[in-house]
Amino acid sequence: MNGSSVTDRLFGVTIQRLNDFFTMVGGLTSFTGRFLKEVFLPPYEIEEIRKHMIELGMKTLPIVGVTGFILGLVLAMQLNPVLKRFGAEAFLPGSVGISIVRELGPVICALIFAGRVSSGIGAELGSMRVTEQIDAMEVSGVNPFRFLVVTRVFATTFILPILTVYVIFISLIGAYIAVVLVQNMTWAYYLDRVIFSVEFGDAIPGISKTFVFGYIVGLVGAYKGYTAENGTEGVGKASTSAVVVSSLLILIFDMVLVKLTLWIWPTVK
Amino acid sequence: MVEIKDLHKSFDGNVVLDGVSFKVEDAENMVVFGRSGTGKSVLLKCMIRLMDSDSGDVFIQGKDVFKLNLKELNELRKDIGFLFQGAALYDSMSVRENLEFPLKRNFDLEQKEIDERIHFVLESVSLLEAIDKMPSELSGGMRKRIGLARSIITKPKLMLYDEPTTGLDPITSKEISVLINELQHALKMTSIVVTHDLLCAKIIADRAIVLDDGKIVKEGSINELVNADEPLLKNFFSDKIIEHNGSMK
Repeated sequence: MNGSSVTDRLFGVTIQRLNDFFTMVGGLTSFTGRFLKEVFLPPYEIEEIRKHMIELGMKTLPIVGVTGFILGLVLAMQLNPVLKRFGAEAFLPGSVGISIVRELGPVICALIFAGRVSSGIGAELGSMRVTEQIDAMEVSGVNPFRFLVVTRVFATTFILPILTVYVIFISLIGAYIAVVLVQNMTWAYYLDRVIFSVEFGDAIPGISKTFVFGYIVGLVGAYKGYTAENGTEGVGKASTSAVVVSSLLILIFDMVLVKLTLWIWPTVK
Repeated sequence: MVEIKDLHKSFDGNVVLDGVSFKVEDAENMVVFGRSGTGKSVLLKCMIRLMDSDSGDVFIQGKDVFKLNLKELNELRKDIGFLFQGAALYDSMSVRENLEFPLKRNFDLEQKEIDERIHFVLESVSLLEAIDKMPSELSGGMRKRIGLARSIITKPKLMLYDEPTTGLDPITSKEISVLINELQHALKMTSIVVTHDLLCAKIIADRAIVLDDGKIVKEGSINELVNADEPLLKNFFSDKIIEHNGSMK
């Protein structure tokens, strides 16, 4: 294979990838537009939303709990020697608390949630698409977008902040166990130090951004599943790419939201 | 009841329907034959606007399907039943929930009447015992029957069947065909059946058309089509007759 044919192939692949990327961006944008249009129109599928919130919440609760616990434990274990180096061990509860509340709790919880839920929604809706269940719904006079997509996106948007609060709490317990191993500290004193250090301005932006992350997880999973094609192969692709795209978007939006928060809420600087 | 005028549909330049026109009268059972990829399923999906056509008109009960807004289209769809090739049962719902779904969504019915209708359709397809089962617990033939039950539970005036016997053994195929025929006569529905299955067509059809390369190449009774002199039809039906005779053994 000569140099120019390799270059041509590379160029072709790059163009194809860019085309796929912009097609997906366009698709997600129009999907968002449709979601915003449909979400305010009756009938409101309250029962479906409640069902999905419980189902998705219960499904994710154990894994985010374990992850949160380990996250807090490891973070405290890692921070202790570093703070000790500067003679600042007393700041360990506060440092751990701020790190977990502002950044690690929301982002780690969202990434785990994306891995568990976005792929699940992608696979479920993808399977419904390729087996004509979505068509069957449409034929029976039901709006499948509202029944399948709006309800799931709504559920993920509102269940993730709740899970995040849970993860933050579990992480703080994990961190306390690590602190107890290296320092003689009571739970009451530890909690007092955490509450003293973590301000309102740390908690609100941290929790608030999880609404956006939850929306991303639901929307990307639903988009990938709803537009799946090519049989079972398409379902597999929908499921995998839902995780990849939603995880990537969570990190990108995290960056944007942190910057935005620091800009509009200077007290948290 | 149904009139299709000069329907055209293509995908990426590949012509699938090329000026298809035909009429189906009230309570008539029309069968659409054709080789794989000749646009039979696309025709059904265009009729109910699961797909938009490139040009042409579809009139159902005098209404131009492509000119209806979503609300009007959904209103019309209440009078249409569709049996999908794989039955398309909702996997996450039990048989009862599958059957309740279109009723609860589209009709303001008391639970008592919903239960009565569920019992009626399940008895009609001889699967009352499957009421609390999940679709994953059903065989292919049972899924088709439940799919059929779900399609007729809304008492549609028009039924569309997409390959109702595909993937079933000859005995189950015959049972499903007989069941469809009995329900057609009992409920006095108009039906359009897309199939490869000659036995199914013989049991159900009042009239049939053959699609090839997106065009209707022949229209008539099953006997007229089977005995036609055109090479394409001879070729098509000779294989079917062998299959048919084999399946009757």
